[in-house]
Amino acid sequence: MDVKIERKDSELLVSLAGELDQHAARGVMLHFRELEAQTLPERCTLDLSSLRFTDSSGIAVLLGLHRRVSDIGGSLRVVGTPQQAMKVFDAAGLRRVMKFE
Amino acid sequence: MKAVNEMNLTFPSRSINEGFARSVAAAFAAQLDPTLDELGDIKTAISEAVTNCIVHAYPDVIGSIKLRCRIYPDGRFEATISDRGVGIPDVEKAREPMFSTGGPERSGMGFTIMESFTDKLTVRSCPGKGTTVRFAKRIAVRAER
Ligand SMILES: Nc1ncnc2c1ncn2[C@@H]1O[C@H](COP(=O)(O)OP(=O)(O)OP(=O)(O)O)[C@@H](O)[C@H]1O
Ligand SMILES: [Mg+2]
Repeated sequence: MDVKIERKDSELLVSLAGELDQHAARGVMLHFRELEAQTLPERCTLDLSSLRFTDSSGIAVLLGLHRRVSDIGGSLRVVGTPQQAMKVFDAAGLRRVMKFE
Repeated sequence: MKAVNEMNLTFPSRSINEGFARSVAAAFAAQLDPTLDELGDIKTAISEAVTNCIVHAYPDVIGSIKLRCRIYPDGRFEATISDRGVGIPDVEKAREPMFSTGGPERSGMGFTIMESFTDKLTVRSCPGKGTTVRFAKRIAVRAER
C-alpha cells in the first residue's frame, strides 16, 4: 500500500494506492497519527482512484481520518472511489458521514 | 450436490496472508467465469473472514487457518474458512452490524459485509475450540446476463 501525503497551500491531499486491508491499515493509521493537529489544514481531500481493493479495515481508516479532520473543524472530501470500495463503504453508510465525489 | 472442483489451503494467521488468501480464492473462482463485480464480492468476503481469524481468533498467537473452496455444477461457489481459536460466545450478537470486540481499528461491519456480498452465510462457533464461517455465492452463467 502506497500512502502519499501532500500539503498544497491550505489543503491536504492524501492518496492511497494498492490494497487496503487490515495488514496495510496499520501502516496507514501510523501515517495519519503523524499528522499534527496544529498544522492540519481545514480542507482535506482523500484520493482513492488507485485503490485496487479494500474491506471493513478501510471503513475504520476513513472514519479515523474523518474524525481527525472534523476535530479541527475541517472537512473531508473523498474522490475517485472505485466500485469495489464504494460497495464496502455503502454497506457501512459512509455517504451519510462524509462527502464522496 | 457433488462439487465439480475443490481446493484446500492451510496457512498461518499472519496478516500478510489476507491478500494471499483472497487472491487464491479469486483465482479458483475464475473457473466459473464471474464478472469483476462478482469476483470483487468473493474477494471481499474472504478477506473479512480471514481477517477475523487473524485479529480475533488468534489475538496473541500465530494459529492455523483453513480455507476450502468448492465449485458446484449449478454455478455455485462455496468457501469455508475455519480456525481453532478463541471462538465466539454469542454468534447472533457478533453478526449484528457494528458489534465489535475490537478497538477503534475495527468497525464491526465484517459479518454484515459477508452477509450482503454473498448469497448464504453460516457461522458455527464453539468458545475455546474455534469458528467456521461458510458462504455461498451463485455465479450467473454468461447466457443469462
Ligand atoms: N474467527 C473469529 N474468532 C473469534 N471471534 C470472532 C471471529 N470472527 C468474528 N469474531 C467476533 O465477532 C465480532 C464481529 O465480527 P465482524 O467481522 O463483524 O466485526 P469486527 O471484526 O469487529 O470489525 P471489522 O470486521 O469491521 O473490522 C468481532 O469483533 C469478534 O468479537
Ligand atoms: Mg471483522
